[in-house]
Amino acid sequence: MSRTNERQRVPEDGSREVTMVPRARPASYYGRAVLKPPVWQEDIAYYFFLGGLSAGASLLAAGADQSGRTALRRGGRLGALGSLGLGTFFLVKDLGRPERFHHMLRVAKLTSPMSVGTWILSAYGAACATAAAAEVWPAPRTRGRPARVLAVAGRPAGLVAALLAPAVAAYTAVLIADTAVPAWNAARRELPFVFTASAAASAGGLGMIVAPPDEAAPARRLAQYGAIVELAASRRLEARRELALEPYRSGEAGRLLNRASALTAAGVLGSMLAGRRSRLAAVCSGAALLAGGVYERLGIFRAGVASTTDPRYVNGG
Amino acid sequence: MRIAPNSLFGPVEDVAGQAGHGEHPPRMGFFTDTSICIGCKACEVACKEWNGVPEDGMNLLGMSMDNTGGLGASSWRHVAFIEQPRRLAGSDAGIAGLPVGPSGAQATAAIVESALRRAPRGGGELGTSAFAPDHVPEVPVAEGPERMDFRWLMLSDVCKHCTHAGCLDVCPTGALVRSEFGTVVVQQDICNGCGYCVSACPFGVIDRRPGDGRAHKCTLCYDRLRGGLEPACAKACPTDSIQYGELDVLRDRATARLETLRERGVVEARLYGEDPRDGVGGFGAFFLLLDEPAVYGLPNAPVVASRDLPAMWKAAGVAALGLFAAALSAFMEPREP
Repeated sequence: MSRTNERQRVPEDGSREVTMVPRARPASYYGRAVLKPPVWQEDIAYYFFLGGLSAGASLLAAGADQSGRTALRRGGRLGALGSLGLGTFFLVKDLGRPERFHHMLRVAKLTSPMSVGTWILSAYGAACATAAAAEVWPAPRTRGRPARVLAVAGRPAGLVAALLAPAVAAYTAVLIADTAVPAWNAARRELPFVFTASAAASAGGLGMIVAPPDEAAPARRLAQYGAIVELAASRRLEARRELALEPYRSGEAGRLLNRASALTAAGVLGSMLAGRRSRLAAVCSGAALLAGGVYERLGIFRAGVASTTDPRYVNGG
Repeated sequence: MRIAPNSLFGPVEDVAGQAGHGEHPPRMGFFTDTSICIGCKACEVACKEWNGVPEDGMNLLGMSMDNTGGLGASSWRHVAFIEQPRRLAGSDAGIAGLPVGPSGAQATAAIVESALRRAPRGGGELGTSAFAPDHVPEVPVAEGPERMDFRWLMLSDVCKHCTHAGCLDVCPTGALVRSEFGTVVVQQDICNGCGYCVSACPFGVIDRRPGDGRAHKCTLCYDRLRGGLEPACAKACPTDSIQYGELDVLRDRATARLETLRERGVVEARLYGEDPRDGVGGFGAFFLLLDEPAVYGLPNAPVVASRDLPAMWKAAGVAALGLFAAALSAFMEPREP
């Protein structure tokens, strides 16, 4: 651009040497952020984790239902509803006007990932809740229509939840990528894979906690697939030397993401080495995977916030 | 449902029509010519008065004459001041040779910058809420020879009312709407404060107001436009630095003004946001600047994130299918003995 011309200016009177006006720093307005940092709190990172966990748990529960793994099914369905409920709580809490949360349901807008997500989440929540209700209220011999309906509806509801689950795990990545936040927007190709893989790893971890080792083989495998893809996608993000991706490597976000990788790797190694034989090892590995998932989302959240507070990430320098 | 061409990115002939308005007035907007801004801040005051915008923090910032700091939920016009040790074309600031010492602008700018760096929102709180530097270092007294050349840039910043407005695209409640004038307005009775628009704006314009919980920004005085009046800031501007009118007319006027300035030797003059082929499809409120946008705290090359939305959903679709396949294959393998 014309930047060089502006730096070197010859005074009109010609009395002095060429004046160099050095630009010590990249151009900015008193170093002020160009963007407004997200008004979202860490709640939103917890929601991303819990939503992903719920999605993965629904997938495990449906598979367990089909293959006759009772404990995995039960833990999966209840875990899916519990984490979804807690996640929704964080989501509503983060609104500026929580009492207006239902305004999300006035419109369906394809240009808004949050609107699309609201509808996915509503349908998924209904299916997820039905499957969980069937789990806690299963007695087919009980008199009364609700119990009979639930007894029949549990399996199809679980399947519907499992079909919608991948969308629940993936849409949140689009939600944050579709912003002006440099670190999130620049990672738009990788984030969906990080999010779904992290969901798989977390849900696998949950499965290893709620089901005995002889039932938890699918959970261990899901955790392994998820952990491998999550670690690979994170490495890829770190390997790309784009300026906007720098916050993933540095500062608080970098530390959180390193911790996430370490916990995920430890969890998956533990599950491979001892998860089959020892319930205690399975529970510890599962907990490590869950913690890894929390740190992963917290790290991504922090990286995004950091990239908005420095004008460098918007205008270069 | 019919999807209009360029609905996410690229030039749009009729923004209000594309948004569903049948018969509608022409697209209205602002042309803010910074070359004749005198920094009086009448626009800031008129905006607050007319729109009942609350106080945004009684700050003393050290940003030259700017004590607003930026646009925000409670500052819908913001006058930026930039002091530069250089001349504006052939003009003479009249201080060269006087025993006034070198400019202290660089030193104070560095102090403000370090305070902003430590602020919780990196200065994003400016224009919305109070900003209190955690400590005020001593201002070094500049010493040296005579003062250099000097020019003072002033810019009255405002919401750009983008052709492709990120805030409007992502709003999940429909609170943000495209008006019949082609402007972008928040309906305060609908907004539930989700905060998505705040992160979607590539200019850092819209923000959530603490205590109120809803998103606020310039409405281009929608109520005044409905009554056939010009917006309060344009009405109050004593030099016509802020010009309101039909966008097409303003664009022609701006092109002519740019030519005049260049003829007079202001080679650094440039238009910002007048081009419908830019990253947001052109601004409804565009500017004539005398330096690169970054100097004024503006993004050099703003892009609406929605441009890549189809690609993002595609990636998410592949990732979602991958998750489903992973779960399926986790159950496919035989049960372990």
